Parts: sequence; structure tokens; C-alpha cells
Amino acid sequence: MNSAPVIEIQDLHKTYRVGQVDVPALRGVDLTVRSGEFLSIVGPSGSGKSTLFHIIGGLTPPTTGKVRVTNQDLASLTDAGRTRLRRQTVGFVFQKFNLLPNLTARDNIAVARYLGGGNPKPDPQFEEILRLLGIAQRLDHKPNALSGGEQQRIAIARAVVNRPAILLADEPTGNLDTANSKAVLEILRDLNQRTGQTILMITHNTEAAAYGHSTVHMRDGQIVERTGA
Amino acid sequence: MIAKLVLENLKHRPVRSMLSILLIGVPVTLILSLVGLTHGMSEDAQRRQRGVGADIIVRGSTATSAVTFSPATIPEAMAGVIEKQPHVKLALGVINHGLELPLVMTGIDMEKFNELTGGFTYLAGHGLRSEDDILLDRYVAEQKNAHVGGTVTILNKVWHVAGIIDTGKLVRIAVSLKVLQDLDAAHKDVTQIYVKVDDPANIPLVVKELKNLLPSYSVQTMEEYIAAFDYNRIPGVSQFTTVVVVIGVVIGFFVVCLSMYMAVLQRTREIGILKALGAGKPFILGIILAEALLMGVGGTAVGIVLSYGAYALIRALVPTMTIIIVTSWWPIAALITLTGAALGSLYPGWNAASHDAIEALSYE
Repeated sequence: MNSAPVIEIQDLHKTYRVGQVDVPALRGVDLTVRSGEFLSIVGPSGSGKSTLFHIIGGLTPPTTGKVRVTNQDLASLTDAGRTRLRRQTVGFVFQKFNLLPNLTARDNIAVARYLGGGNPKPDPQFEEILRLLGIAQRLDHKPNALSGGEQQRIAIARAVVNRPAILLADEPTGNLDTANSKAVLEILRDLNQRTGQTILMITHNTEAAAYGHSTVHMRDGQIVERTGA
Repeated sequence: MIAKLVLENLKHRPVRSMLSILLIGVPVTLILSLVGLTHGMSEDAQRRQRGVGADIIVRGSTATSAVTFSPATIPEAMAGVIEKQPHVKLALGVINHGLELPLVMTGIDMEKFNELTGGFTYLAGHGLRSEDDILLDRYVAEQKNAHVGGTVTILNKVWHVAGIIDTGKLVRIAVSLKVLQDLDAAHKDVTQIYVKVDDPANIPLVVKELKNLLPSYSVQTMEEYIAAFDYNRIPGVSQFTTVVVVIGVVIGFFVVCLSMYMAVLQRTREIGILKALGAGKPFILGIILAEALLMGVGGTAVGIVLSYGAYALIRALVPTMTIIIVTSWWPIAALITLTGAALGSLYPGWNAASHDAIEALSYE
């Protein structure tokens, strides 16, 4: 595993304004993730896992604190800067797959490649990833013709098509049965081992969390424990 | 890729897309039909005036524009006086009586009319021979379901249809000059006098002479008079066209605005996905704008097709309303539609582009 930190977070706070009330979602998070690491994040609902993901992924800015992702200070990024971060540096995998329903699997991947400014020509390394995901035969189907497992594999392919520095997987097995969950988790582990892809995965499932090198436990907007390597 | 995304979005909800395109097409049809009518009627009037073969026209002092007729205020005998002027070959006085728009009944001296114009082309029947005779052009005959030997009632008088004439020579409905003068109580008066000159080179000279001779009348060359039938010079037409064009833009604006607003609501989650993939505001706005413009193009095409339907319908229901297909207005109609569509997409597009990605992703 490469030892260079790809994510450095110090004293991160995030407060949402709901009506007239300030709701703290993160209360002083410190976290370092090294390149090539597969980190699982567990915790009860409302513990701040998703908010942490959204900040790392550039979907929302931090309220206070220092967040550096691939040496970019997210606090100083504009909306356009965060958009660039999502385009080039991070890839998302969601619990509900979130494929564009109008497009085929191939076009879902192509949109991400287009937005990332990627070369439209076939990329041998990405073709290898498609083979690894076992979806090469299903690329011309629309999401409604694909099983949950297949949709999640397409979502993983879409997330890594631009070779992002970080893959953020938010409960990627939450909508899958046991067999498909296992398959997706093994794919993520394979991806990490074969390509050195840095992965952060939110999960409620301790068995799933065990696929990562280490696990971060969150509660009430704070990291309460980090276990593993 | 944007083109594919836009096309797939439109295909994904075909009913909404088709209805929007159809609604956008309606004002296009409205605009093209109006323009077809104004151009058609203007060209028809010009052709019929040109068909007289005269060089100069003398009209009453109260004639204000080409499409308004003064009462019959010119003494019929004035034609004889004009004929005696140097270089004047022939002068024909006619009386006009406006019927329901756009029809005008014209009283003519058959013999002199034939001499000036070379005579009508008869599709059936013959010229005016008796006081009750009437000539109808084929469109009027079609509209009134009249045929040679039959009768028609116009101005509370029963006329005998003597002939069906081809269109293109001054009149659509012709009766004897004397009969119409009597009906209008304009005994021995005419509405206008057509003048034929011996040599076209002498037209300016004769115009000058007639203006001196008849200072209180309107004397124009036929070219000047015919030019006044141009749709742009007919009072109110250009303003009316502008109003319809504005209505077209407004309808296009609201249809697209409503349609795209609904589309943005339905696609909130998809917009969130695109944002998560790194789509910026310009990209999202661009998709919505491109989709609206594509619907605008479709609406223009549908509107053009529907304008052929309107053309056929008007020709069938009111044959005397001359409507033509004005292809030069297709790009103008397209521009009007695309302007409305682009304006209509701005609010929903900006709304979509401004969606919070996290909220959009959690939208059910």
C-alpha cells in the first residue's frame, strides 16, 4: 500500500441549517486515508457517515476544519472547483445504484467518461475492469433490464472509468441479496488489490466492513474508534 | 454524448414530448396560416389588377388606400373625356360594390372590358348578355356552389349565372355596369376608371395630363396602384402579424417552460446523479436548453405540416380566401419558436442547474 495520504481531515465540523435550527452533523472529525487503502466506515444512522462522504466527494463544503483531498483544500474550493473534484478525483457508488434510467449501461459509463474529459477510445485497463466486473455482455441493456447486482457493477464501472484517486461507496450492498452483496464486495476488494484503487466504503454490515484494511467507527458526528491495519 | 442524453430524455417520456411538440407547433401553424393568407390575398389582388392590362387608374377623391373603395363618385362620362386626351387609347369605368370580405361585385361594360383586357377566359358559359346575368370566377362559383344556368342571390337580387370565368382579370363577380349603378343608386357614376395608353413611354406624360385635368381625383400608374396591394402596405396587417408572432413566442415560452419544469421535477434524482458525476451548472443548463430547442425544432416541423392542413381546410371551406404556402417564412417561424423555447427553458434549466446535489440524490 502506498503510504502517501490521499485524504487528510483535521477537526472537521459540518452544521446544517434546518429551518431556524442548526443541526451539527460532524463534530470534529480527524481522519487520514492513505493511497491504496480500503477503509470501511461503520456507525448508526445519523452518525455522520454520509455527511463525511459528501464533504470528501465535494458534494457539500465543510463548515469548519481542514479537509485535503489529493492535496486540494476543499474549504477553499468554489462550486466549480468541487465540480472538477467530482469529475476527476472521486467516484461515487450509491446504495440505490443511481444509474441514469434513460441510458444503457454503456452510455451510463460513457457519460461519466465524457464528463471526466476521458478519451472515448477503448482503454485496455478499463476493458480489463469490465471483465473483472463480469458485465461485458450486459452493457447494451438499460437499468430496468438489469438485476440489482448487475446495476451495482455498472455503477462501480462508471465510478472508476476516469480512474479517480478515491472511490466512495455508500452502502453499496444495502439493496442487494447476500450472493450479490458478496460478489460486489469481492469486486471492490479485487479492484483495490489489482489496481491500488483507494476505497472508502460506508456500511452497516460488520461482515462487509471486514473486507476493508481498516474500519472507522462513527457516532454522533465523531470518529470513536479506528480498528485494523 | 449530450445529443444522446437529450434524445434519450425525450424518448423516455414520449407522450409528454409529443404533446409539447404538438403544442409548440400550433402557433407555428397560426403564424404560417396568417402569413399565407395575407401574402395569398395580396398576390391575388395584384394579379387580378395586373390582368386588366391598363396603365393608369383614376379613382375618386376619397379613395385612401388600395383596399378601400370610394363610393362611385366619378361621372361615367369622365371616361369619354379621358379617352379624348392625347396618347390615351382607351378608358374603362367600373363600379365596385363590396360584399362579404374579400368579395367585391364589379359592374362592367362588357364590350369595353373585352377591348381593354382581351376578355375573360370562360371555363363554362358565356359573357353578360342580359340585365340579370352574372359572371363568377371559379372560386366564387365553388364557394356558392353555383353553375352555369343556375341562379345566385346577391344584394337581394336573383342573378342568372351566365358564365364561370378563370380568375386573374380584375373581377371575381361581374355584372352589367348599368345594373349595379342602378342598384347602388349611383346612376351614371363609376368608382374608378382604367386607362390604357398608346405607348408605355407616354404613361408619365398622361398621368401628368390627367392630374391637371382632374385635380380632385386620385391618378396613379397601375404599377403604383398594384404596389399598394403589398401586404406590408395594407393598414393593420403588419401590426396584426406582429401580434400573432408575439402570441407565438409567448405560447412557445409557456409550453416549453411548463414542459421543462415538469421534466426537471421528474428528473431531480437524475440531475443529482449527473452532478455527482461532475456535471457543472453549464452542462445541466445546456441539456435542458438543448432539449427545449429540439422540441422547438420538432414543433416547427409539426407546425409546417399542420399549416398544409390549414391550407387545405381554408381552400375547401372558403375558396375565395386565397392562401398560399410561404416557404420563406419557415425559417422565421423556426426562429420565433426557438426563441420562445429557449426563453421558456431558462427558468427550469437554471432551477435544475441550481439543485443541491445531495437533496437531488435523495429525491424519490
